[in-house]
Amino acid sequence: MKKNWRSSALFAYSLAILAFLYLPLLILTLYSFNDSRINAVWTGFTFKWYIALLHNQRVLEALTNSLMIAAVSTFVSTILGTMAALALNRYTYKYKAVINGLLYLPILIPEIVMGLSLLVLFSQTSVPLGKVTLILAHITFCLSFVIITVNARLEGMHKDLEQAASDLYATPWQTFRYITFPLALPGIVAGALIAFTLSIDDFVISFFVAGPNSTTLPLYVYAMVKRGISPEINALSTVLMFATISLIIIAQVLQPQHTSSKKEKE
Amino acid sequence: MKEMVRLQGITKKFGNNLIIPHIDLTIADGEFITLLGPSGCGKTTLLRMIAGLEEPTSGQIFLDNEDVTTFAPYKRDVNMVFQNYALFPHMNVEENIRFGLLMKKVPKEKQNERIDQVLYLTQLEDFRARRPQQLSGGQQQRVAIARALVNNPKVLLLDEPLGALDYQLRKNLQLELKNLQRGLGLTFVYVTHDQEEALTMSDRIVVMNAGRIEQDSTPDNIYHNPSSRFVAQFIGESNFFDLDKENILAIRPEKLNICEEEEENFVHPLPEYYGTVVDVVFYGTIDKVFVRLDNSNQTVVAYQYFDDVKRWCPDERVGIWWYPQDAVGVKP
Amino acid sequence: MRKGKLLVAPAISWLIFFFGVPMLIVIAVSFAARTPYGQVIFNFTFANYQRFLEPLYIRIFVDTVFTALVTTLITFCMGYPLAYSISKLPHKWQQPGLILVMIPFWINFLIRSYAWVVILRSQGLINTLLLKLGWITQPLPLLYNDYAVMLGMVYALLPFMVLPIYVSIEQLDHRLLEAASDLGAKPFTAFRKVTFPLTLPGVAAGSILVFISSLGMFVVPDVMGGAKSALIGNLIQNQFLSARDWPFGSSLSIVLAVLALVLIVLYYKAIQKQEGGTNNEEKLA
Repeated sequence: MKKNWRSSALFAYSLAILAFLYLPLLILTLYSFNDSRINAVWTGFTFKWYIALLHNQRVLEALTNSLMIAAVSTFVSTILGTMAALALNRYTYKYKAVINGLLYLPILIPEIVMGLSLLVLFSQTSVPLGKVTLILAHITFCLSFVIITVNARLEGMHKDLEQAASDLYATPWQTFRYITFPLALPGIVAGALIAFTLSIDDFVISFFVAGPNSTTLPLYVYAMVKRGISPEINALSTVLMFATISLIIIAQVLQPQHTSSKKEKE
Repeated sequence: MKEMVRLQGITKKFGNNLIIPHIDLTIADGEFITLLGPSGCGKTTLLRMIAGLEEPTSGQIFLDNEDVTTFAPYKRDVNMVFQNYALFPHMNVEENIRFGLLMKKVPKEKQNERIDQVLYLTQLEDFRARRPQQLSGGQQQRVAIARALVNNPKVLLLDEPLGALDYQLRKNLQLELKNLQRGLGLTFVYVTHDQEEALTMSDRIVVMNAGRIEQDSTPDNIYHNPSSRFVAQFIGESNFFDLDKENILAIRPEKLNICEEEEENFVHPLPEYYGTVVDVVFYGTIDKVFVRLDNSNQTVVAYQYFDDVKRWCPDERVGIWWYPQDAVGVKP
Repeated sequence: MRKGKLLVAPAISWLIFFFGVPMLIVIAVSFAARTPYGQVIFNFTFANYQRFLEPLYIRIFVDTVFTALVTTLITFCMGYPLAYSISKLPHKWQQPGLILVMIPFWINFLIRSYAWVVILRSQGLINTLLLKLGWITQPLPLLYNDYAVMLGMVYALLPFMVLPIYVSIEQLDHRLLEAASDLGAKPFTAFRKVTFPLTLPGVAAGSILVFISSLGMFVVPDVMGGAKSALIGNLIQNQFLSARDWPFGSSLSIVLAVLALVLIVLYYKAIQKQEGGTNNEEKLA
């Protein structure tokens, strides 16, 4: 039973790698409940670091900034991106190569390059760094992801369906309203969720284009990490981690499950 | 007979690719007409032009004597059954069928009445609340037909509607479709590459090749009097005898007879060719006898039936003969 | 109906203005000079690119590429078996297994690096534990060195490797494996001769993603690395934020971007060659 030996070794190895992925996060979470301020020694269970967070004006301000920036960038990039994906999916363009370059390069080049190029743009055009520049930057990097996500959904859709609708007396607008849009909606929602997560999560690009009064949560965490270890960062990191995990789970639940459609209702 | 569809001087180019050089075709009201041909012959393109899903590069399309050449698909009183059915996955069977009526703003009462009618016709009454994904291939096919029929179109266009189904189901649905068409007296334009399907269902077959009409006639005539080598070859089996460059004789295997090389007292015409049996293959109701002709590389095929007295064996010397009326002169 | 074609215009204009134009400005700045106070003056010069040849920058460049290579290699050794195990799970467990691998990917890598700081620093979990056990008398310098940086990189980028490999294993035609085993190949031989070669495009995609991401990384070295473990990313960051030498920073980032794009182009060329490079859609257009 050589095969069994091999597959159990492989399975054990994979579990070890999963442990490697999750142990640090677990330890961080545990420490956020540790009473001790400086030591790694467990001195007792406490919620005080979380309570301290709630009373930390700068954290709350960073949270507000992050949410506001993510909401606005998600809204704008989802609308612009969906429009673009619908058009790109339907029509052929003369300058397809240029359009594809503009779509894919922002994803392909290293983030740091995009961050500093925006910094250079804003300083050359004398736009003061702040929430506005953050929003402009976030929309820019979310846009490509939205277009690609929505486009993937549209590509998976049979062209036949729209033609069938048209054959069944639906005007172009009705075809969009009753067929294209409902079928593309899961892709649009997925695109919006990705945009929101990317925006909330972004550090590198924000690092370059944020101003003094526009600290976002990741920027705040960075500042705290650079200043030194404090249990409050543990608590803040834990909160952010679980917020992210919840978002992913919501996204998974919202996505149409292909397997469930097979279940007979009768 | 009343004319329903007229295609006049239709040509179609995709880019620089000339798909249809020139086609004229008239379809009568209540006719079951089949466009038959190999893939890429332009039959689907022609069908889609009638639906309005493609625009002809030049030429005109008349529907019930109205020029609809430039009409959008949603302004034409024709409906299509798509090759992969194109059922809306986010709607159930009833909503799929209701869609066209809803778009045409048919009154609610009338909608329900018509839906019940087609559900009955297509035996889908028990499935009205199901999603397309929850149906078998045959049921999806019926929904596609019901969704088109419910609108009472002037012409029903069917693009290889049975292509995705298995053999037995296809046989049954062929009959059902034909009966449906006869019962409703509707005009059907049917596209297929399956010659058997075309022969059994159609009132008229249009054989297409490379964007041209090779022959346009009744199934009987197409089978027995193919106009060209292409038609004789595409529909059924044929043996060809080249008399010269311009004249070819086509003879169906069932019309080709085999006799012994040295036969006495025969009452049939003299053998035209002699040869050697190379193979005899069992095909169920018949055996196919393959004969290599002398002085050529050509092998011809004839049938022998299970009740034939003489059973042919490989390596036997034979003569090939036929009645003159069974040989059809075809264009190369 | 052609009006619909213009729906693409807002997004494309946005990308031209906020991506295309800034990149062009960076290219321009990379050929510019600067005043002692950090002002950019547009005097055409190659000086910023010539500075790469200084030993200090050559060393940083070599270090960066070396770190990226090692990171890629380690993530491959961890990622392939992991992706393979997930693909061998019963069907209904595959999606959850994949999500389990992808969750850390969505958590901010600042936080993920910080989690390691908590574990590795001198008053961190490991040192405290070892001191308590009496195995060491002085904290070990686990953090702020090149090894810590590599650990952080591997930890941050592992999901990038797993996902493309998993996808390519999933797309594999299972009949090929059945055919191989029918032709007498033992499972491991079948893996070596069939599965692995056919999933190489996934490995290539994962490696490119990991390699490019580690080239541009500056957070991990910033948080987990010592003063000596500066990589190109940190160098760029310094030029823009402390040294205020934008022209040099720009030339560095142009080199970084070009390197990344060259790798991506090479990858696509290789993939296209493997697929025979025929595309029917392109023929029709």
